[in-house]
Amino acid sequence: MDRDPTVCVMGEDVGHYGGSYKVTKGLATKYGDLRVLDTPIAENSFTGMGIGAAMTGLRPIVEGMNMGFLLLAYNQISNNCGMLHYTSGGQFKIPIVIRGPGGVGRQLGAEHSQRLESYFQSIPGLQMVACSTPYNAKGLMKAAIRSDNPVVLFEHVLLYNLKERIPDEEYVLCLEEAEMVRPGEHVTILTYSRMRYHVMQAAKTLVNKGYDPEVIDIRSLKPFDLYTIGNSIKKTHRVLIVEECMRTGGIGASLRAAIIDNFWDYLDAPVMCLSSQDVPTPYAGTLEEWTVVQPAQIVTAVEQICK
Amino acid sequence: MAMLSRLASRSSHLGRTLLLPRSLCCSTGGRHFASSAGDEGPTFTVETSVPFVGHRCEPPSREVETTAKELMGFFRDMSLMRRMEIAADALYKAKLIRGFCHLYDGQEAVAVGMEAAITRKDAIITAYRDHCIFLSRGGNLVETFAELMGRRAGCSNGKGGSMHFYKKEGGFFGGHGIVGAQVPLGCGLAFAQKYLREETVTFAMYGDGAANQGQLFEALNISALWDLPAILICENNHYGMGTAEWRAAKSPAYYKRGDYVPGLKVDGMDAFAVKQACKFAKEHALKNGPIILEMDTYRYHGHSMSDPGSTYRTRDEISNVRQERDPIERVRKLILLHDLVSAAELKDIEKEIRKEVDNAIAEAKESPLPDPSELFTDIFVKGCGTEVYGVERKENKILI
Repeated sequence: MDRDPTVCVMGEDVGHYGGSYKVTKGLATKYGDLRVLDTPIAENSFTGMGIGAAMTGLRPIVEGMNMGFLLLAYNQISNNCGMLHYTSGGQFKIPIVIRGPGGVGRQLGAEHSQRLESYFQSIPGLQMVACSTPYNAKGLMKAAIRSDNPVVLFEHVLLYNLKERIPDEEYVLCLEEAEMVRPGEHVTILTYSRMRYHVMQAAKTLVNKGYDPEVIDIRSLKPFDLYTIGNSIKKTHRVLIVEECMRTGGIGASLRAAIIDNFWDYLDAPVMCLSSQDVPTPYAGTLEEWTVVQPAQIVTAVEQICK
Repeated sequence: MAMLSRLASRSSHLGRTLLLPRSLCCSTGGRHFASSAGDEGPTFTVETSVPFVGHRCEPPSREVETTAKELMGFFRDMSLMRRMEIAADALYKAKLIRGFCHLYDGQEAVAVGMEAAITRKDAIITAYRDHCIFLSRGGNLVETFAELMGRRAGCSNGKGGSMHFYKKEGGFFGGHGIVGAQVPLGCGLAFAQKYLREETVTFAMYGDGAANQGQLFEALNISALWDLPAILICENNHYGMGTAEWRAAKSPAYYKRGDYVPGLKVDGMDAFAVKQACKFAKEHALKNGPIILEMDTYRYHGHSMSDPGSTYRTRDEISNVRQERDPIERVRKLILLHDLVSAAELKDIEKEIRKEVDNAIAEAKESPLPDPSELFTDIFVKGCGTEVYGVERKENKILI
């Protein structure tokens, strides 16, 4: 926002309140009410307004207080955001960033635990990225803001408290690139967002058991970084996808199809995919735990693949 | 398009107010105007058909100042729009235009009246009945017909279709298929105008059907809250596809539905009323924030080409409006009343227009269909390191 005066933020309670997860804390005091805009609770229209503003060349960042609320703006995101560049014959570009926390939290209830990446992935013209660490959150956010394409940045409700030492100098990450978290030889584990941490926890157990998993945080949910993923598969010949999306129609399902289409000859085992259960997220803590993938399940899956 | 460029370059001359007596008007032969204000021809005042009705605002005067040049311009532009829409009808029946085609004939006065009151820096956004607004914002006939027929020379390269016309340099932001979705976009345009301190306004147009969309009220609330220069134009042609306004809206007084937002009811078949209202609205919006203009207008065709338009309204109603309120006829009568040109000359202009439209269609027909590679272009903005083939990316490119 410092570097480019056309960057502005709009969303519910982003301004004076500082953001429901404090992501925009302090910005309103620094940049004023016209650049950090508190909107009424009207997702459909303020997302539409963000898109309209983007058509003129502004770079708005629209925040969904919870990603799930953006379902109310689905028409704007799908038809106007994703498609306007195409239907106008390239006349208008939509350099908007739509971001917000999603995913399963701690007993937030079914409607506040949604994973929208599966709903948005079919929208043509939209780019999707998921951040998972403070380092990649900053880099991806900057890249998304500078990109001329509409980008949906998926954050996770449970990852806001992470602390990490990041470089002082400016850095921008590539939106379409995956991140090699832990190189290995036996199996490629593809994951993103919060599940990265479950995978890394499982990796510790696996290493103790003598396995050498390669962990890749795919980061770019649309388009997939098949280059990095492919190189890994060519090395290990075994793939496990661990995601927080629902089993049906999730990112994992699409990734599986893409891997089978492109790397069939390199596979020594069926592509396994661990996803959340196809149920509304229950409130009770133990039930909620069972809807998402847990490290123990990851360990079992790797053992199965590597048999 | 020579005559349409007049809309952009013409400055508004405010001449002396009284109606000029006949003797001072132009000579009867040929198309020249009496001496007077240079290029513009004599200026005179026209009274709108009915007075404006205001909601929370003082309506503007019924007396509208105009010039001979503007009057002739209205006639030409509306006749061109009328002819274009009728030609599109024929092309659709010949199966050269497919899918959806929503025609604007009957509503031309809104397009020309609005354009007469504003500049190209002001923004207009509308829904799918957009062919004529596209023309008034600087679009030309060839790219219109080519787009309708899905050809390469179309304004969206053949990839948009009837509902997706845009003209960035003309300040025309489309062309939208989903009812009502363009209104929040329009308020976003107004937001950008305020953010960039441009002293311009946005006209967000919608119909009586879209007036019941929730996002409209959401956007209106935000616009009023943030004092955005947004002017909402409700083109009330009294039918939301097949549903009459009294069957869809508990309160069909659309100009009042902004509640705390002022509104004005305008005779949308009278180009001068539209011009006056839009001028008034622009001044208002720049100072006081949003305002709603309800244009009382009528469409002769059905909702779209798939709708005969006669199952929910009587043919008598349609022919009555054509007789009593047709926008082009009103302007024709004014021209003849002020003796600017003869009736025969008006007919000549119409013939010329017909030829122009036919030529444009012929030229558009020559344009080829888009190349298959066009399927994948313009999905993302180039140079962002992404080539698009489904969810896959085969090569790593880092370009920020």
